[in-house]
Amino acid sequence: MIGLAERLAAGGFAVTAEVGPPRGADTAALTRAVTDLHGWVDAVNITDNQSAAVRLSSLAGSLAALAAGVEPIMQLTCRDRNRIALQSELLSASALGIPNVVIMTGDHPRHGDHSDATPVFDLDSTQLLRVAGDMRDHGKLMSGGELKPPPSWFLGAVENPPGRPSPDGTADGGSALGDDDVLDRATYRLARKIEAGAQFVQTQFVFDVPAFATWMKRLRELGLDERCYILAGVGPVRSQRALAHLATIPGVVIPDHVSDRLAAATPAQFRVEGEKLCAEIIAGLAEIPGVAGVHVMAIGAESSIPAILQEAGVPARLQAGAPARSQADVPTR
Amino acid sequence: MQPLVAPRPLYRRLALLLERIGPARRIFTRAELATKSALFGCRMCGQCALPVTGYACPMTCPKQLRNGPCGGVGADGSCEVYPDSQCVWVVAIGRAERSGHIGDLTRLHRPGDQRAWGQSSWVNYWLGRDDQATAGLGCVAGAGSADRPGPVLLPMPVLRPTEGSEMPA
Repeated sequence: MIGLAERLAAGGFAVTAEVGPPRGADTAALTRAVTDLHGWVDAVNITDNQSAAVRLSSLAGSLAALAAGVEPIMQLTCRDRNRIALQSELLSASALGIPNVVIMTGDHPRHGDHSDATPVFDLDSTQLLRVAGDMRDHGKLMSGGELKPPPSWFLGAVENPPGRPSPDGTADGGSALGDDDVLDRATYRLARKIEAGAQFVQTQFVFDVPAFATWMKRLRELGLDERCYILAGVGPVRSQRALAHLATIPGVVIPDHVSDRLAAATPAQFRVEGEKLCAEIIAGLAEIPGVAGVHVMAIGAESSIPAILQEAGVPARLQAGAPARSQADVPTR
Repeated sequence: MQPLVAPRPLYRRLALLLERIGPARRIFTRAELATKSALFGCRMCGQCALPVTGYACPMTCPKQLRNGPCGGVGADGSCEVYPDSQCVWVVAIGRAERSGHIGDLTRLHRPGDQRAWGQSSWVNYWLGRDDQATAGLGCVAGAGSADRPGPVLLPMPVLRPTEGSEMPA
């Protein structure tokens, strides 16, 4: 089976999925979740104490995934570690054979399970991307100290795709000023991250495919899709409660037609409808030029991912022992 | 405010003097704190980013982010951590647009120097410690740039919406 970086470099449609390490001194649940995904995804994101709640570390979780034969993407947030610990964690990941790292600022501890914790944020995600790139490409720490040998990973970032016009009413203010004076809020943060070294980006949940297509068009105009693989975030909504929760997450925009459709489902059908919607969104995203793949966030329901991918027409990953599928089955960029 | 404190030989001499005379430096630093905390909510990080952030202090961000907003900005531009406040970066971007300075937002701000907390950023500025001329690209400290380098311009396209690229609702 080829890795995530190779899949993307070959122009294949990549699939990654998110798996949260367990709260407890046992990797069994994580091993089970990644094993369910074996052969269906190119790599799994192992989250870094997501939502600022204590879990097994993303490094430990990534090692458990490696042991289960599934390629990990180690998430690394700037929330809990200063620059010494961040660089150390990055080095450790490379030394232990973790091939992918995705860097993000991280949730503030205030809304986590230890809201009294120190928010560290010694670096931000853009700075850390740059630091990681310097460590890998120049073999240097921030201090200038040399790394022998230098680490190697495929470096990723995250971004919120716009689902509606910019949040602070600039659509109005902007037109009065003229376009030259208005920042393209929808793309500038990602452009900075790419400039800082992001090679792939995984987005927040996409529920509005046409809006995402418009954003992709803009990214293509700027040539950003050529410099960074764009993986669109998706996931099955499993209950009315989950839908209500998703709607409160910044960066997640659920258009009315989506919430109406899900709301029309009976509680018994909700899960099925949510998975069907997810499959449709994946199929829609695969049609958009510049979309390099999808990142599936099933939040505890990882075992439903293979069926969703199958319904979306995304073939299983090629692997030893599995029937070989024609490359033509794989949507290309 | 920047024109008032822009580096000039007189200020440089003043800064060198202040560096040498402890009590004068402390009084000067206290005056800077009083002025800037009243005007901008200054936290005295000692490495002022105000001139390139539309005078919205990024150190008032709960995550002290110096490179733009995090992913937690609400749809109305509110801060995720303190929902009653506007995100400082939303404020900064709005001001940069109104004053024609959106090029400032393409700068990569280097990681802060924790040793500078409590120092006078004006003295540091006048002595060229924040001078981007001392900074190579990248976050790695280069030869001779042990002092804090300022933000560097990223060689990225200036991102302005093109016609017809507005996001659908």
